[in-house]
Amino acid sequence: MKKRKFEEWCVKVFMVLATIIVTGSFFLIVGTVFYKGFHYMNWDMITKTPSGGFYIGKAGGILNAIIGSLYVAGGATILGLVISIPVALYINLYLKSKLIYANTLRLVFDVLFGIPSIVYGAFGFLIMVYFGIRASLLGGIIAVTLLVIPILVRTLDEVIRTVPNELRDATLSLGATRWEVAKVILRQVRPGIFTAILLSFGRAIGDVASVLFTAGFSDNVPTSLHEPAATLPLAIFFQLGSSVEEVQGRGYASALILTIIVLIITVLSEILIKRFSKHKIQ
Amino acid sequence: MTKAPHISVQNLNVHIGNQHILKDININIPDKKVTSIIGPSGCGKTTLLKTFNRLVDNTPDVNITGKVLVDNENIYDPNVEITEIRKKMGLLSQRPYPLPMSIYDNIAYGPRIHGTIGKQELDVLVEQQLKATGLWNEVKDRLHNSATKLSIGQQQRLCLARGLAVDPEIILGDESTSALDPISTAIIEDLFITLKEKYTIVLVTHILRQARRVSDYIIFVYMGQIIEFGPTEEILLNPKEELTKEYIKGYIS
Repeated sequence: MKKRKFEEWCVKVFMVLATIIVTGSFFLIVGTVFYKGFHYMNWDMITKTPSGGFYIGKAGGILNAIIGSLYVAGGATILGLVISIPVALYINLYLKSKLIYANTLRLVFDVLFGIPSIVYGAFGFLIMVYFGIRASLLGGIIAVTLLVIPILVRTLDEVIRTVPNELRDATLSLGATRWEVAKVILRQVRPGIFTAILLSFGRAIGDVASVLFTAGFSDNVPTSLHEPAATLPLAIFFQLGSSVEEVQGRGYASALILTIIVLIITVLSEILIKRFSKHKIQ
Repeated sequence: MTKAPHISVQNLNVHIGNQHILKDININIPDKKVTSIIGPSGCGKTTLLKTFNRLVDNTPDVNITGKVLVDNENIYDPNVEITEIRKKMGLLSQRPYPLPMSIYDNIAYGPRIHGTIGKQELDVLVEQQLKATGLWNEVKDRLHNSATKLSIGQQQRLCLARGLAVDPEIILGDESTSALDPISTAIIEDLFITLKEKYTIVLVTHILRQARRVSDYIIFVYMGQIIEFGPTEEILLNPKEELTKEYIKGYIS
């Protein structure tokens, strides 16, 4: 009896410790970024583009990278959804009676999920060379879309799989076509779609390697898809690499801005998830 | 049984993977009567029910041979329009699955996909079906609330109303009361008895008392085969087959 109690106590201590380590590192990371970057946060950072001499510590901000990142991550997530929703529906509605194909496709997306983003960057770069596209916003969006599609497909697939077969049967027996069933399923999983968007956007806005060759970097806010675009992770990378204290500080401020953007997106999707769960059957 | 059968099953065989689920099924389901399919768990009674509206098509690795004639039309004919076949049959599953939308939209869903879109027409239809299932007084003030907020018994009646709204000829019930409390069960059973004036009803049930209460005919299925078919009284009181006797006495389940 004593041994069993002791065992439980040990495991519980381990669980608590692990939880403390995880939450501790969360606060440590956010705290460090905040502590190092807050001093350099000002309106100029988020409202101005780098002016001459920004990278040696003179005036300007990183509006170019903020807008660039939002464009790249937003564009890639939208484009990714347009491709991923049909794939996830196809796997679950049309390939359902041919399990072997469905599972092979799932395996393919699992493998794609595991491929490092630098590979997507390199692949995106090859596509760009082939079509003669220069490093640009479009190139960045293409590479990041490739990166987020596996995330979106697998998340949506898991969400759609939780829909009871009976809901599909109920809709079919009203004389619905499979596309009409798909629309009912999409209504049912709407909260899950926001989770997928959140995961995809978070990955897209924070990734450096995929945009390194493809989006390029520019001190201007891009005005067309064919112009190079700055991204926040790259801006952070460049600034932290500087030996000027002022510039390094702004690097942390940029990291803080990136964190805040991700936070806003998270809160927004939580609100949307709650809102659209209203009609969801349990 | 003087009238022509509504559903006629001829030499139906269903394999799922390597398993032979339904073996040489031949049966005529009478028109505008309640027919119950009884039998032990896993005997294939739900599969049989699902061959009537071809929901069985969605089972992985399924192979179906034979014919099912509904109004003398073979529904397994490759040229048949499957959505039209399914429209003829309302399905009531074990647990209610309302669509993820409001009460009103649940009932309007079927008519809408089949082309009824006029607001007034739909209003009339929704009221009519909710009255037919005795829900109207309970929900008339909250038609645009989510259907999932209803009690499970109300949800099941909503699902029945939703099925009736597409104007079917046949109602298929797959252990439709198994998740319900006794009062809701009684309401649904009474509805079946009322509805048989207009519809042919086929129920899968494992409750013999229910089969006795609501059905005119009983089909006893065992290990994928139809053992016996006949009027309710005859099957329950005077079964001809030894297996049916044993099942009714509770020796096999």
